[in-house]
Amino acid sequence: MALLDVRGLTVEYHTPAGDLRAVEDLSFSLEERETLGIVGESGCGKSTAMLALMRILPEEGRVVAGEIALEGADLLQLSPADMRTRRWRGISMVFQGAMNALNPVRTIESQIAEALRLHETVAGSEVKAEVGRLLDLVGIAPSRGPQYPHQYSGGMRQRAMIAMALACRPLVVIADEPTTALDVMIQAQILDLLQQLQQDMGLSIILVTHDLGVVAELSDRVLVMYGGRLAEYGDVDTVYNQALHPYTQRLLGAFPDIENPRAPLVSIPGCPPPLDALPPGCRFEPRCHLSLKACSREVPPLCELAAGHIVSCHMVKAHDR
Amino acid sequence: MIASSDPPRDERFLEVRDLVKLYPVPRGIIGRMLRRPKRWVHAVDGISFAMRRGEILALVGESGSGKTTTGLCVLGLLEPSSGGVSLAGEDVVYLARTRRRQFRRRAQMIFQDPYESLNPRQTVFSAVAEPLEVHRLATGPVEKTNKVAAALEAAGLKPPSEYYKRYPQQLSGGQRQRVAIASALVLEPQVVVADEPVSMLDVSIRAEILGLLLRMRDQHEITILYITHDLATAAYVADRVAVMYLGVIVEIGPAMSVLQRPSHPYTRSLMSVLPTPNPRRRRKRMVLQGETPNPIDLPSGCRFHPRCPEIRESCRATVPSLREVEPGHYAMCGTPRPLNGHQLAPVGLNGSTGFTAEAPKHGSA
Amino acid sequence: MTQVFVRYRLGGLGLVMVAAVVVVAFLAPWLAPYDPYATITGSSADIMASPSRGHLLGQDDSGKDVLSSVIYGSRISLTVGFAASFIVVVLGATVGMLSGYAGGRVDMVLMRITDAFLVVPRLPLMLVVITVAGRGLANIILVIGLLSWTYMARVVRSQVLTVKERQFILRAKALGVSPARIMTRHILPQVVPVIFAEATLDVSYAILSEATLSFLGLGDPMLISWGSILNRAFLRGAVMREAWWYLIPPGVALAWTTLGLTFLGIALQEMINPRLKTHHLFDEGKTVAIKRLKTRTPILGEAPRF
Repeated sequence: MALLDVRGLTVEYHTPAGDLRAVEDLSFSLEERETLGIVGESGCGKSTAMLALMRILPEEGRVVAGEIALEGADLLQLSPADMRTRRWRGISMVFQGAMNALNPVRTIESQIAEALRLHETVAGSEVKAEVGRLLDLVGIAPSRGPQYPHQYSGGMRQRAMIAMALACRPLVVIADEPTTALDVMIQAQILDLLQQLQQDMGLSIILVTHDLGVVAELSDRVLVMYGGRLAEYGDVDTVYNQALHPYTQRLLGAFPDIENPRAPLVSIPGCPPPLDALPPGCRFEPRCHLSLKACSREVPPLCELAAGHIVSCHMVKAHDR
Repeated sequence: MIASSDPPRDERFLEVRDLVKLYPVPRGIIGRMLRRPKRWVHAVDGISFAMRRGEILALVGESGSGKTTTGLCVLGLLEPSSGGVSLAGEDVVYLARTRRRQFRRRAQMIFQDPYESLNPRQTVFSAVAEPLEVHRLATGPVEKTNKVAAALEAAGLKPPSEYYKRYPQQLSGGQRQRVAIASALVLEPQVVVADEPVSMLDVSIRAEILGLLLRMRDQHEITILYITHDLATAAYVADRVAVMYLGVIVEIGPAMSVLQRPSHPYTRSLMSVLPTPNPRRRRKRMVLQGETPNPIDLPSGCRFHPRCPEIRESCRATVPSLREVEPGHYAMCGTPRPLNGHQLAPVGLNGSTGFTAEAPKHGSA
Repeated sequence: MTQVFVRYRLGGLGLVMVAAVVVVAFLAPWLAPYDPYATITGSSADIMASPSRGHLLGQDDSGKDVLSSVIYGSRISLTVGFAASFIVVVLGATVGMLSGYAGGRVDMVLMRITDAFLVVPRLPLMLVVITVAGRGLANIILVIGLLSWTYMARVVRSQVLTVKERQFILRAKALGVSPARIMTRHILPQVVPVIFAEATLDVSYAILSEATLSFLGLGDPMLISWGSILNRAFLRGAVMREAWWYLIPPGVALAWTTLGLTFLGIALQEMINPRLKTHHLFDEGKTVAIKRLKTRTPILGEAPRF
């Protein structure tokens, strides 16, 4: 049984202007000590799906279908009080934009301590020592604990966020764009840190990003999202080298490869579908260079090809037959 | 001193000489009373380069390297502390008002944030027409409309009339960036400074914008200074690459030379940590520890020495100068490395100088 | 959530209240049963007579209809209010914009002048100036306007400082747009909402200032305003005679008008700077809306039915 098993997750935003379906029928699983990379561009629903996993959607957000089984127990069925105990201890999150996620008027130390105290993972007298250990774990000198976020550099703030996410030794950590807006060198340091922490603490990581290069460095399995749905899902080697979904293929071609810098880059004309005007069939069909008649009418089903390689595309299904 | 990585004297169109930009660190009343020494933020600390017409030079660096400051100084949007910038032989740092206005026609800028660089209250038409009005380039509404349409089309927004009445909030990031580019192109500039033009856009549309830059060079001979932190996109568009660190250029040369045979340890490190979208080719990475030091208290000798993985004794004391490592390719390193056959894991491009085909680092299967 | 709703309702209420006063002022000649500026012929029984059928709010110390006076008084109050705040907007916004955009020495000089005005207590200075300059509507408008522009200047300046740093301003400079055009075309549209919100409150302050001056006997002697009605009432002993119909209506009118303007001003300010709502996690039960499922949904194959 997988550590985390998400099936059929569907999330909508109920706004005065109408219901917007941000995530539809998303399914994936995560084993222990595994890193899953969720890749997609703006508007694909990946951040919404992660907020739904933690049940911290904004006010208009609603999970309308699906199941999120952490160690077998469905998180969506828990009462708010029970969810509060699982949140941060079972599954925690490193948020995007560390500067905005940290409270500017409280010391880093006190913010980490808050997580420890709330979840009573450690005896009161031990809290300060544990904070020191956590800071050390992420590469921040414990003596810098009493400082404020503005006194930290961007890379250090990100490390502090990671320390906070690890405070209660969770089973799963969701890292939402952990390296965006950081310099390339710091990005490399953070990725190294995540890898090392995973090995030392036996974490499972969900890495959410738009950067295919980052995913390739760190992930075991990859899930490509488009328009709120799963486009392709499989282990990293297969998805990168034997991509079947047209979107995945073109997305891979859009990334400059430093080993072949002048190779022409692929560009996908158009833009992701707006949530209030989702195409009735395949979400990618308006921008797809291959399409069958079925593509604009029916949502393509999820096909499992070789073990563990799942693609949602009518063209693929046709070939499979 | 201008490295002769630059074009010969008669072909130089845009020239930057010993550009320096310092910001004073405020001392406060007590500091001034106690006569504490003045301290400076060395944003740009002596840069020189020259570009020919129709060349794309990529200025690559991390945050704090001074690349954006350099771009602003080149356009006269920031006054340099010392040094000179000249366009076609004419100095452009100190200009009287009319001359400055003429200069603005010839040198334009594209900004990083497509969400912030357009006035939210201005329609697309108005945004692209404004430069024409300001410089009085259109004799009448018909000509104005024609020029606006041509600029929007050149920037890839077709049909242009569909965009005239729209506001920035109704456009996607990529479309906004094109509007910004159109408003720069409508003046038919000779020089464009592009400050991270694609870093805030979705990956799948970056190629088009980069392609636009290449077309600007090919079809209109526009000289482009491309500022970025992303070596990969620099490699895609640039003819030459200059790598900046803490306010100085540490390596400069033709794009392929710098990328295939990086000489300065900083460049080598940057090349090695670039994520490549191919999990089979995970190569040995030289990740620098720590962070870029603050540009106020610069390290002694070579300013990179505290983080340099290949440091020698002399590096702490002597300030290195730009040395030629191969024709047209210069690096500011006291002890330039041999370009191939190095005892550290080779980090350039090129299959033969080796990638360690490593097994994935965290086995789960 | 309820806070936001209340604020907008409040703004709507304020707008209605102010609109009512404006309508009354416009239609005064048709709404007022008598002309309070006409000379009266009456008997001594009319002095401070209590409300009757012919005089719904009674009569004042010279037998004039109080209701008509109050209705006509709205004209003066509103005139002073809007005229004075016009001066405030023009002067304050100009100084604020110049100061904010120019920065440096210009900013410093203008701000020191502003500070000087801010430091002096307005009302005593107004009293002194009116006494010296003479009573009259124009003087009152000028005095109030010239002593009230500083708040507007400060508010506009801080908004300009924020807008100035935005990237589209830098882009406009890069395009070669002149400072004058940047100020009018790019900065001003961002500043107008702030000016509006502040101006609403300034109108309210101007109306109260005029009422105060008139109440203290420094208003225009030829004109009837709410303040002057109260002035006469007090001087002629309405309190002793317990002539509430003479004392209360002008006060109520003032309160109504300024309250309406304040509601409007608050709502406008809220609309410009939306405050944070209460955190949604306090009402978490709403987030998960699925029915409890009995069977596990398969990961492949047909879509689950609900």
